Amino acid sequence: MNTALSWIKAYVPELDCTAQEYTDAMTLTGTKVEGYERLDKNLEKIVVGQILKIEKHPDADKLIVCQVDIGGETIQIVTGAPNVKEGDKVPVVLDGGKVAGGHDGGPLPEDGIRIKKGKLRGVESCGMMCSIEELGSDRNMYPNAPESGIYILPEDTEVGADAVAVLGLRDVVFEYEITSNRVDCYSVIGIAREAAATFRKPFCPPQVKETGNDEDINDYLQVEVKNPELCPRYCARMVKNIKLGPSPEWMQRRLAASGIRPINNLVDITNYVMEEYGQPMHAFDYDQLAGHKIVVKCAQDGDTFQTLDGQMRNLDSQVLMICDGEKEVGIAGIMGGENSKITDDVKTMVFEGACFDGTNIRLSAKRLGLRTDASGKYEKGLDPNNAKAAIDRACQLVEELGAGEVVGGTIDVYAEPRTEKRIPFELEKMNRLLGTEIPAEDMLKYFETIELRYDEAANEVIIPTFRQDLLRMADLAEEVARFFGYDNIPTTLPSGEATTGKLSEKLRVEEIAREIAEFCGFSQSMTYSFESPKVFDKLLIPAEDELRRTVTISNPLGEDFSIMRTLPLNGMLNSLSTNYNRRNKDVRLYELANVYLPKSLPLTELPEERMQLVFGMYGAGADFLTMKGVAEELFEKLGMGGKPHYNPDCGHPYLHPGRKAEIVYNGQVLGYLGELHPDVADNYRIGERTYVAVLDMPKVEACVNFDRKYEGIAKYPAVTRDISMVVPKEIMVGQIEAVIEQRGGKILESYQLFDIYEGSQIQEGFKSVAYSITFRAKDRTLEDKEVGAVMEKILHGLREMKIELRA
Amino acid sequence: MREQLERIKEEALRQIEDSQALEGLNEIRVAYLGKKGELTSVLKSMKDVAAEDRPKVGQMVNDARALIEAKLEEKKTALAKKAREEQLAKEVIDVTLPAKKQSIGHSHPNTVALEEVERIFIGMGYEVVEGPEVEYDLYNFEKLNIPKGHPARDEQDTFYINDSIVLRSQTSPVQVRTMEKGKLPVRIIAPGRVFRSDAVDATHSPSFHQIEGLVIDKNITFADLKGTLAEFARELFGPETKVKFRPHHFPFTEPSAEVDVTCFKCGGKGCRFCKGSGWIEILGCGMVHPHVLEMCGIDPEEYSGFAFGVGLERIALLKYEIDDMRLLYENDIRFLKQF
Repeated sequence: MNTALSWIKAYVPELDCTAQEYTDAMTLTGTKVEGYERLDKNLEKIVVGQILKIEKHPDADKLIVCQVDIGGETIQIVTGAPNVKEGDKVPVVLDGGKVAGGHDGGPLPEDGIRIKKGKLRGVESCGMMCSIEELGSDRNMYPNAPESGIYILPEDTEVGADAVAVLGLRDVVFEYEITSNRVDCYSVIGIAREAAATFRKPFCPPQVKETGNDEDINDYLQVEVKNPELCPRYCARMVKNIKLGPSPEWMQRRLAASGIRPINNLVDITNYVMEEYGQPMHAFDYDQLAGHKIVVKCAQDGDTFQTLDGQMRNLDSQVLMICDGEKEVGIAGIMGGENSKITDDVKTMVFEGACFDGTNIRLSAKRLGLRTDASGKYEKGLDPNNAKAAIDRACQLVEELGAGEVVGGTIDVYAEPRTEKRIPFELEKMNRLLGTEIPAEDMLKYFETIELRYDEAANEVIIPTFRQDLLRMADLAEEVARFFGYDNIPTTLPSGEATTGKLSEKLRVEEIAREIAEFCGFSQSMTYSFESPKVFDKLLIPAEDELRRTVTISNPLGEDFSIMRTLPLNGMLNSLSTNYNRRNKDVRLYELANVYLPKSLPLTELPEERMQLVFGMYGAGADFLTMKGVAEELFEKLGMGGKPHYNPDCGHPYLHPGRKAEIVYNGQVLGYLGELHPDVADNYRIGERTYVAVLDMPKVEACVNFDRKYEGIAKYPAVTRDISMVVPKEIMVGQIEAVIEQRGGKILESYQLFDIYEGSQIQEGFKSVAYSITFRAKDRTLEDKEVGAVMEKILHGLREMKIELRA
Repeated sequence: MREQLERIKEEALRQIEDSQALEGLNEIRVAYLGKKGELTSVLKSMKDVAAEDRPKVGQMVNDARALIEAKLEEKKTALAKKAREEQLAKEVIDVTLPAKKQSIGHSHPNTVALEEVERIFIGMGYEVVEGPEVEYDLYNFEKLNIPKGHPARDEQDTFYINDSIVLRSQTSPVQVRTMEKGKLPVRIIAPGRVFRSDAVDATHSPSFHQIEGLVIDKNITFADLKGTLAEFARELFGPETKVKFRPHHFPFTEPSAEVDVTCFKCGGKGCRFCKGSGWIEILGCGMVHPHVLEMCGIDPEEYSGFAFGVGLERIALLKYEIDDMRLLYENDIRFLKQF
């Protein structure tokens, strides 16, 4: 909401502060000023001048030479403007002064334009006459400005006066951010009330007096409200003998400052009252109302209606309409109809000041795709008691401006008048909530400034109906705090029972996971949780796969952000692809990413959110075993002492079929790892071998063990035996290790693969594998015999697998 | 005999003196003092010496031997020292050669900022908890005093799955879930991902993170809220940081406030960073609305509390002077490595 300071001052006459002081103080009492703009920015040394004489320029057809009286002095100005004549009073910027912009009305330069004395085609020019664009405004806001040329001031303007002030530009326009609870502050009066309370100055709202001739509106018009639940109040008043014309300068200036274009006196009055009272007004041409009747009722499904902007609108039975005796004439609270709009020929008109149900208006406007200034106000839920005040104000302005003759009386359909609420005045509770010791007198003083009254007998605060946001003690406490000053409330720390600060178990495990990932050279990435359903094709997921059953957003930003991910690879691969295509070498990333797995579709309960730890890498050192090492480092740090197993017979179609494995720990599949399938790498435009691993964190957490027990450092020597084998190619070393583990018995301490070889000297279909096996007993030095017996068992097991010892 | 001894001694001492290497010293030792050494052979020829002269000659031989040994030892120490010095001189390296680093990975700036925030609140006795990202409308809105038809629903541009399930538009539903558990007092922070239907640009993202804070206990006051957040701001932005509380409106708190901190770039004097105001808005907060307490089964006559919500990206962007929010979700390694 934008409002000129001069308008606020009209109701708080003693207000005296700088724009910055106003901004700061209002913001601290809750009426946030987003910013302000001085209308006289870059307007310097501009006075009212009168053109005394015009002569042709001796050397230029399109220029004229003017002698201009600037108040006690006459200066010569050369201009190319086509519209000036002798006797005109015009704004003149003097030598060394400044204007805001160029005459073409383009964007205003930050520092304005400095005007200097100079010669135009050899003739001296000591200043410049200004167009409205040069003064930083435009014809929308100054409708009487010429299409191009100098702005001509009224004849009665004083020569030599400050032209900026004459034009109403010595003003500041403030932009407010009004919170949705303060419906009353979407109005000049509401803001002025807050300003008066903030600066502790008297608040003088407009005095609205009864207006109208001795006729009775009821002799002209009937009003019927068929849906009172959607229209709690409908006020109508009438004006006849309308004299259309421009509204006065002061009204035009205030509207323009609020960003509203002046049109004519009647339109301007409705807009003015809407700004001033926050109450939208509508005007119907009385002679177009069939049966001289207004009926407020819902439309019927399938109805269409032409609004006054000429558009056809499709209605439904939830849209409230204003009708006459025969037809629809306006969409209630949103926009009037083409068929009843005020034209230049209007003689008699009906003013509507109504209150409609905010939610209904909001939803109707949304369905119709038609949000207007009026609907924007109505949808916040207006105070029905404001409607009558506003319509009376409009009629008063009609009389004051001589825009017509107001017919006596008001039709007021108001079945259940809104009454004032009462809230108990609970001094101690308010102080206890705020942590203050504010005396009752002070609180009551704050209340008084914002028109909350105190009923001493009942010890209750009476809430005016325009403050629909005040319902209980906490609301009153906020009013107290606002005017006591949030800054003046002390700062303390909560006392009471001590609590332990900690991370949840899940977050603790994730923290360790991040630590290990980073030790292993992976940097943390973050990607969106929603993605395109096309990712399944990119990842070669089969058509009927469970992963394609997704939580789907009904109003996504676009298809590319429409489903909640069921596997976490797409984000990782996109990030790797971004890096690869930016020529970043040797990239290692990890992400902690939720996947969202629906329990049933359509969704009736929340999906399962499972945290996945995803690793991805390409470049130097990126290979399968390195990735495996990362997973095992993590398991070790998480106290998972057992040996993980790797099963190559797993799904995961996005992985290289010969370079993938599930990670199995204690019989549980914790995740998988592998090289990216080259087709998938192509789909993501990654031109290097890429390795990924995914761990399902809930399953990892279930295996975590933070208990540590010291086992002692071995005192007796170890015995190491090396074996070198010829192994059928299809046997994996994991199978050999299983034999060593099973048969090694208690004295097996560790084993280590130290050579694996395929090629010449080894028979086709075989490979050479060599292990170093270490034995140790805790309580004695091992004897050769003992070790020999265990080795024999191991070798026997290996022989059963068609493994031969190498000579 | 005497002359022979003198000659041997002098010859030995000369050779020791001239010797340049430790190995040479050993040869000298063998040549003079060894079993077949010259001095030893003198000793062996003692049988030719008159008996009465033997003690004297013996003494002379022993003296010569002691002297040679002492000189040998002395020379050995000197040579060893010299050799060590030469070795050290030879082993000088260029210490300005590039370091060999482990390429350790880096945390995402969001995480770096979050850990700072978590550290501060854990120190004040807060537990870090989480809640679901896909959430019931009931928790995201209704129980936070935002019933159906409330204008605040439009302000937040929520992603809907269906009528009753949304992508949470704020971390505040974790407040409700925590309070409903009924374990009092409550001191939690709840970081997490939230979603709003904003198109991606330099300052907007449809997915971002908030950190929710909630304290519920007997006698919690607005003054406690102020004190807590002032402490938080000083810890996060430096001890000189001041905070300003401005009245605001949130449906689930009353009274409510927005909080500004003094610009950590200019210290409050006003600069381009804070658009000249000297202040930077960082969070929203307030006293938990009594109706919210009631809906969560807590008696507002007995308990009160405060809540606050911080935008994590906002903190990260401000603190690390990142000028485009899109950088946070591109994961360019050259960006990530700066944190």
